[in-house]
Amino acid sequence: MTDLNTVLDAARKAGAQQAEAYQVANEETPVKFEANRLKELNSRHTSGVALRVIANGRIGFASSTRPDDVADLVSAAMETAPFGPEAHFDFPKQSEAPAVETFDPATESFAVDDMIAAGQSLIDAVRKVEPELLCDAQLRRLVGEVTLVNSNGANVSYRGSMLMAWLHGSLIRGTDMLFVGDVDAAVSPAVDMARIERTVTWQLEHARDLATMRTAEMPVIFTSSGVAYALVMPLTLAFSGRLVEQGQSPLAGRLGDDVYDARLSVHDDATLPMRPASRPFDDEGVASRRTALIESGTVRSFMYDLQTAGLAKAESTGSAERSLTSQPNISTSSLIIAPGETTFEEMVAGIKEGLIVEDLMGAGQGNVMSGDFSGNVLLGYKIEGGEIVGRVKDTMVAGNVHEALASVSAIGNEARWINGAIHTPPLLFGRMAVSAKAS
Amino acid sequence: MSDQLISRDEIEKAVRGHNADYVEIRFDDTATNRIVYRGQELEEIGRTRGFGGCARALVNGGWGFVSFNRPQDVRARVEEAVAQARHVGTETSVLAPVEPVIDVVPANVKMDPRTISLARKKEIFDGYNAKMLAVDGVTSTNIVYGDAHKRVTFASSEGSYIEQERIDVISRLAATARRNGDMQQASMSLGALNDFSYIDTLDEAADMIANRAVELLNAPYVEPGVYPVVLDPILAGVFCHEAFGHLSESDFVYENDRMKEIMVLGRKFGGKHLNIVDGAAVPDLRGSFKYDDEGTPATKTDLIREGVLVGRLHSRETAGKMGEPPSGNARAIDYRFPPIVRMTNTYIEEGEASFEDLIGDIKLGVYARNWFGGTTSMEMFTFSAGEAFMIRDGKVAELVRPVKLTGNLFTTLENIDGIGRDLDFNQGGGCGKGGQMPLPVSNGSPHIRIQDCVVGER
Repeated sequence: MTDLNTVLDAARKAGAQQAEAYQVANEETPVKFEANRLKELNSRHTSGVALRVIANGRIGFASSTRPDDVADLVSAAMETAPFGPEAHFDFPKQSEAPAVETFDPATESFAVDDMIAAGQSLIDAVRKVEPELLCDAQLRRLVGEVTLVNSNGANVSYRGSMLMAWLHGSLIRGTDMLFVGDVDAAVSPAVDMARIERTVTWQLEHARDLATMRTAEMPVIFTSSGVAYALVMPLTLAFSGRLVEQGQSPLAGRLGDDVYDARLSVHDDATLPMRPASRPFDDEGVASRRTALIESGTVRSFMYDLQTAGLAKAESTGSAERSLTSQPNISTSSLIIAPGETTFEEMVAGIKEGLIVEDLMGAGQGNVMSGDFSGNVLLGYKIEGGEIVGRVKDTMVAGNVHEALASVSAIGNEARWINGAIHTPPLLFGRMAVSAKAS
Repeated sequence: MSDQLISRDEIEKAVRGHNADYVEIRFDDTATNRIVYRGQELEEIGRTRGFGGCARALVNGGWGFVSFNRPQDVRARVEEAVAQARHVGTETSVLAPVEPVIDVVPANVKMDPRTISLARKKEIFDGYNAKMLAVDGVTSTNIVYGDAHKRVTFASSEGSYIEQERIDVISRLAATARRNGDMQQASMSLGALNDFSYIDTLDEAADMIANRAVELLNAPYVEPGVYPVVLDPILAGVFCHEAFGHLSESDFVYENDRMKEIMVLGRKFGGKHLNIVDGAAVPDLRGSFKYDDEGTPATKTDLIREGVLVGRLHSRETAGKMGEPPSGNARAIDYRFPPIVRMTNTYIEEGEASFEDLIGDIKLGVYARNWFGGTTSMEMFTFSAGEAFMIRDGKVAELVRPVKLTGNLFTTLENIDGIGRDLDFNQGGGCGKGGQMPLPVSNGSPHIRIQDCVVGER
C-alpha cells in the first residue's frame, strides 16, 4: 500500500495548490464454466493509485499501478495540469457520510468450492428443462477497498464485497440460435440463484416455438431486463449534469417540467444497504445520497460531480464514479424505477397483437444522446390474442425514450434487480415502431 | 528494456519447474496519454502508467489464471495459478504444438507520439475543435485523443521468451447540432499503429463532420423496411467483422457440436466472388503483431474462399482440440485477462465492380457510410451507419438520418451480390468480447452491395 499522504505532500512540494489521491485494492475471483462444465479459475489482484492536482487553477491527472512510483506519478500529473481544464471546485472537506453497508465478511470467506458447486447445480437445473442447452456460466467474488484523501482534509475509506452470478445458454437447431440468460449480484453471498433458474426456465418455455412478426406500429412490453438493457442508458444520459450544462441533453432547461407520464418516478440511490452499487461516499469523497430524477413525471434533479456542479452552480449529487485509470465521471449507482399497478399477466392479456422485448441487440448504438434507441430483438416474444405465442426473429424496435416515457400505457407492479444495479418493473408502451423481415 | 521492473532471468526462472502441463507468464508495461474535449472546454487530460503481470497454467485440461501488480510476487502467483488449474482439471490437456521462440520485436515506428509535446497535441486539437464549433448550427463537440505505448513480455514453460512493443494512436471527432428539441450528431473514429502523423491531417474531416451534423437536422428518417443496400468500405468492414468474423472465432465452436455442424469447413456461405481473410501478419494495421499472446507467430488465415468456409481463428487449445493449425489469434487486452480467440485485421478482398456498377440498377435503396457501432449474436447482427443516403433510380439521392442495419448471417452473406475494387481499412474501432474491450483490431472491405437488408431508423 502506498502512503497517500506522502503522495499529497509530494504534489504540494511540486507546486500543486490542491491534491487528491485515490487508491484501489481489489481481489477478484471468477469461476468460469464453459460448455456445461468447469473450465477455469481466475484471481485478479489489482492495486494502484490515481492523483488529481489543481495547480494554478487547472486540473492535472495521472495514475499508476507501478508500486512505489510516487515521484513519477506526481511529475506526470503536474506535467498535464498546465493544459488541463480550469477547476470549478475545491476538493471537499471531510464530510459526514451516511452509514452504508457495503461489505459482508461472509462474501470474503465464501469458498471457491462453494462457488463451483453453486454454478454446477444451476447449470444442471436449467439443463433438466432443456437437455440440449449449452451453458456458459460465471460466479465472481469481488472484495476491495477504496481509499481517498485530499489536501482539504478529507480522508475516507470503505471496503466493498460482491458476489455475482450469470448464466448464458445457447440452443442451436439447424442455423436457428436461441440465447437465454440472467444475472444477479449481491453484497452478501445470497445471490438469487433460484431466480436465475426461474428466469431462464421461463425464457426457454416461451421461446420454444417461433412466431412471425410483421412491420407495424404495435404495443410493446419491455420486461425488467428489456427496460434495463434498452431504455435506461439513453434515459439516464439525459440527466447527466455535464450534458445538461453543455446543452447536449434534451432535458436542458426543463428542470421542474412535467416531461414524463405522471405515474413515472425514477431515482438514483447510493445509500441502499447491501447493494453492490452502494457506497458511503462517491469517488471524489462526496457523501452519498438518494437523488430523485423523476418524481411523478416531473424532472426533479440532474446528476452532478464536483466539476459539473461548479459549472452549473449546483451541488454535487455524489454521482462521481471512476476506475483507477480514468478521471471521475457522472454515473448512476442503483437506479430505481418505481413499480406501478399492472401485473405482467394483465399487460399480456390486454394485447391483441404485440411484442415483448427482453433484450435488444445494439440498443446503445445510434443517436443515444437525443434519447433514440433501436435494435434487433435478441430475445423477445410475440403476443397474439392476449397470449405469448413464441419467440421472434429478425425483428427491430425503434423509438425515443423520452417520447415513449411521456405516455406509458402501463407500469408493472413487480420490480426486479437487473445486473444488481437497476431495479425496474416491466413497462408497456401502446405504440412503437416494429420492423420485421418475414422469413 | 531500460526500466524493466523484473529481469528476463527472474521471469524465466519463475515459469519453470512447476508440476503442470503448461505455464506462461506475461508482463505489460504501458504508458498512455489521453485528451478529451467537450464543447469549448478541454474536459480531461491525463497520463497513466500501468505495470502488471499474469500467470496462466494448464493442468489436465483445466486452466488457472492469476493477475497481479507486484512483480516480486511472481513465483507465488504462478504457483497459485498451477494450484487453480489442478483444481479444475479432469481431462487431458490439448494444445496445438508451436515451436518455442526467443525474439525481441521493437515497434516499427513511423512517427512516435511521445516525441510530440503535450503543448503541440493540444494546439492541433484546439484547432479542430474551433473549426467544428465555428460551423453555424453546431452546439457542441466531443474530441477524444489517446496514445498508448505498450511493452509485452511473454515467457512459457516450453522455452519461449518474447518481448514486443507497440504504440496505438486513436482519435475520435464528433459534432452535435441542435435545433429546438432535435439533436443530431456526426462523428468519425480513426486509429493507427505506431504512427502519429495522421493526427495532423484532419482539417477536412473536422469540417465534414461539423457540416454533416447540421445537415442531419434537415434530413428525414428512412422509411423502415427491406432494401438493397450499398455499404462503403468502412461500414462494410464493420459488417464483415460483426456478421461473419465473430462466428469464425473457434472458441464458440470447438466444444459445441451443433455449432461444428453449422461451421463445417466446406460449407457454402456466399457467392464465388466472396473472399474473407483475417491476419495479424498483414503489416502496419491496428490488428497487426508478430506473435499473439500465447507466443504463436501471426498468420494470414483464409476464412472464406470463393464463397466457401475454409478456415477459422484459433488459440492453441481450440486448434489442438479441432485438429487444425493454430492461427495466432489468442489475444488478451492486458495483463488482467487470459488470452481468448480474437480477430486481428479482418477484411473482404477486392472484387471487380465499380461504384456505378453497384448502384446503377438500384431503383430504391440505401447507401450507408461510416459507422457508429455494431454487435452480433452469431446468427443475427446489427450495425449502425454514421450516415446514409437514399439511392433512387441508380443515383445517390437525399441524405437521411443514420440507419441501423440488421440481418441474419446465413442469408446476408449469400445476399452480397456485388463487390467493389476499392479496399480500405477502418482502424478506429475497438472490439469487445468476454469483458475485454477495446482490443485494437482493424477491418476492411471494398464497397459492397447486399440485397434484402432490414433497415431501421435511428
